[in-house]
Amino acid sequence: MLAFTIRRLFEAAIVMLTVALMAFVLFRFVGDPINQMVGQDTSLAEREELRERLGLNDPVLVQFGRFIWNAARYDFGISYQVKRPVTSLIAERFPATFELALTAAFFAILLGIPMGVYTGIHRDSWLSKLFLSVSLIGISLPTFLIGILLIYVFAVQLGVLPSFGRGEVVRIGGWTTGLLTASGLKALILPAITLGLFQMTLVTRLVRSQMLEVLRTDYIKFARARGLGDRAVNFGHALKNTLIPVITIIGLQLGAIIAFAIITETVFQWPGMGLMFIQAVQNADIPVMSAYLLLVAFLFVLINLIVDLLYVWIDPRVRIYGREA
Amino acid sequence: MKLRITTLAAALAVAVLTAPAEAKTFRYAFQGDLNALDPYTLNETFTLGAMGNVMEGLTKRDKDLKIIPGLAERWEIVEPTRWRFYLRKGVKFHGGEPFTADDVIFSAERALSPESNIKSRIAAGTKVVKVDDHTVEFITTGPNPILHYEWDTWYIFSKAWSEANGATKVQTSSSQLSPFTLKANGTGPFIIESHQPGVKTVFKPNPNWWGKPEHNLTEVIFQTIKSDATRVAALLSGEIDMMDPVPVQDIARVKANASTDVLTGPELRTIFLNMDSLRDELLYSDVKGKNPFKDARVRKAFYQAIDMEAIHSRVMRGNSANSAILISPLLFSRSAEFKRHPYDPDAAKKLLTEAGYPNGFAVEMDCPNDRYVNDEAICQAVVAMLARIGIKAKLNAMPKAKYFEKAGATQKYDSSFNLLGWTPGSFDSHNVLLNLVGCRDGKGSGAFNYGGYCNPKVDEIAGKVLTENDPTKRDELIAQAYRIVHDEAGLIPLHQQTLAWGVSKKVKIVQRADNQILFYWAQKE
Repeated sequence: MLAFTIRRLFEAAIVMLTVALMAFVLFRFVGDPINQMVGQDTSLAEREELRERLGLNDPVLVQFGRFIWNAARYDFGISYQVKRPVTSLIAERFPATFELALTAAFFAILLGIPMGVYTGIHRDSWLSKLFLSVSLIGISLPTFLIGILLIYVFAVQLGVLPSFGRGEVVRIGGWTTGLLTASGLKALILPAITLGLFQMTLVTRLVRSQMLEVLRTDYIKFARARGLGDRAVNFGHALKNTLIPVITIIGLQLGAIIAFAIITETVFQWPGMGLMFIQAVQNADIPVMSAYLLLVAFLFVLINLIVDLLYVWIDPRVRIYGREA
Repeated sequence: MKLRITTLAAALAVAVLTAPAEAKTFRYAFQGDLNALDPYTLNETFTLGAMGNVMEGLTKRDKDLKIIPGLAERWEIVEPTRWRFYLRKGVKFHGGEPFTADDVIFSAERALSPESNIKSRIAAGTKVVKVDDHTVEFITTGPNPILHYEWDTWYIFSKAWSEANGATKVQTSSSQLSPFTLKANGTGPFIIESHQPGVKTVFKPNPNWWGKPEHNLTEVIFQTIKSDATRVAALLSGEIDMMDPVPVQDIARVKANASTDVLTGPELRTIFLNMDSLRDELLYSDVKGKNPFKDARVRKAFYQAIDMEAIHSRVMRGNSANSAILISPLLFSRSAEFKRHPYDPDAAKKLLTEAGYPNGFAVEMDCPNDRYVNDEAICQAVVAMLARIGIKAKLNAMPKAKYFEKAGATQKYDSSFNLLGWTPGSFDSHNVLLNLVGCRDGKGSGAFNYGGYCNPKVDEIAGKVLTENDPTKRDELIAQAYRIVHDEAGLIPLHQQTLAWGVSKKVKIVQRADNQILFYWAQKE
């Protein structure tokens, strides 16, 4: 188990180094940050001096080496645009994104699983068809459009929910939360639905197809033959057996919604990491971009690691192979 | 006991008399952030505008951009190189520090320090001399008629406060924010109560302001809303009272809404096209061994092939003012004398034939796609119009960070044909003549001359403009320079954009052409 974990961690380090290197090569094409850092009357000499001071004139490999050296000491530099340490910027923005992603995931699970079960059992009912149509919308409409539609209906027409921002937040230690105030909770609803709709659809469809498969198996037939009630059969036996792939997918998707809440955060002016990243891209803010990409790589590596370890825990066969290696 | 009741009654009476009738909170949103509150860090309109509610310069500009007294009550030109400013007496900073000549001298030094981004406010070599506590003299190296043109945004710092808060050095654009940049201490009509960079800033009125308030606000909240659609929605839903900018395609919708309106007006920024007339061989073209843009006939052919009426009505949906010169008519008294070369594709085709390109040629056009109003769409229209005279232009639209790198000095003006926008920071033509049409010398002249247009005659006139103190003669010189550029189509001016602010009908606010959002003139119902 320990050897397995160590090997995984080693692989993780290589993945992150590769991501960092690729990001750095790409940064050569994002443009010049200087123009966004100074006013238009700044002389060419001053601009050149600034470029020199930031080390932008060094070869890519030198810049990369410096970045890795600093990153190893948890120093990601200072944002060109906001002029604050990237580590504290990310620490400040992470709670907003995390709360949003978690709420979206809960929304997706709490609605997706029952809908999946229902449509799996009652394949031909009109309600199933309605659920499936709704989930089709969730999959086919782009996130920004869903967000704007929700804003239009609930903020502009009905005026019941805010169209942007995070509401009032409460600070607990280094963490800010919007979950403890009425305005914070209200502000969370629309972005969470927008971000979670796609995941909900995914969960619904996954649970449905798994249910359809499981309900055909012999042990379900035997369970029915034993005279168990519908409830016990459907939820006690069938659903339980559908959940293993569902949990895997949800775990991986949680990483995806933390990392790629960019569009939702932009539409709702949600002060999270995604919004910070998109602004960094527009202004060629290299320190923020590189740290963010590294963080995302780390997140995925971490989630994969946890999932792998879970497999080992659940499935003894993997444990045996792990020991051999 | 009786005494206590009387005191209580008196206190109540005072409270009733002084309490504002009701809270008037003005909420506004902009697409960009407000970061450091040090107005010497970034010479950028929005930041300077926001800080203009809090800090003040020796001069101010009124609703029509006319220069009026600010912290200086009046001034006189003692001799052509010596200006004397009489400072307003009895003015206090928000922190209670009295405003004196020492603050002006301190602010001048601070503005000219190496880290400052507003060095252009004070002409190089100018000496600042204290005459007495409320009189300051500026001694220039030569006559300088526009010495004080940018002083409305050269905000005066308190020397004592800066020293106490570690703000004597300007926040540099490459280092970590100092704590003082989250605070501000000015003399202006509003005080910054709290500031979260990139999220929210709260302003409160300054009860001790020296002037007579023209607003009725009790609180102002600024927030960034980046997404266009969300900013529009926030205004329509009444969550904010004002926002800037309204996207061109949403203007009609915001106007149609019962509780909102759009304030439009001419903006100072001029959009224009540059053609590389400097290189001996045109880059990114099928013409080899020569550069067609060196021939004024080719440049004029491009000029006359562009149908500005179509761009005005279709691309800009009427929200632009076509321009024949490189500066807004609000900033040059004789701009009406200039008329665009007429749109005439046949004449353009003839000019191309005369120049030896009867079948046109191929060229690449560089264009930003996130910098100016409908920038990419304008370029697309230009490319399509040029196709009609046989020019095969290939459009490279790119984000501003990439665009300014490629077409600008960083990559040695690696562009043959491009679109740029410019507002002269000094509100004066000399800035245009120097930055946009001056021959590139790698030092200061022609830094934003993305086409490398160069006519020594224009540079010579620009030199005279700098020191001519007589306004009529000065305007004559400027007109001469613009005339030369116009006649040989050195650059192609397109239009001035239109400002579009979305406002709630409950709010009255002054929209100034420089796009500064100044809420000290705002009234809310």
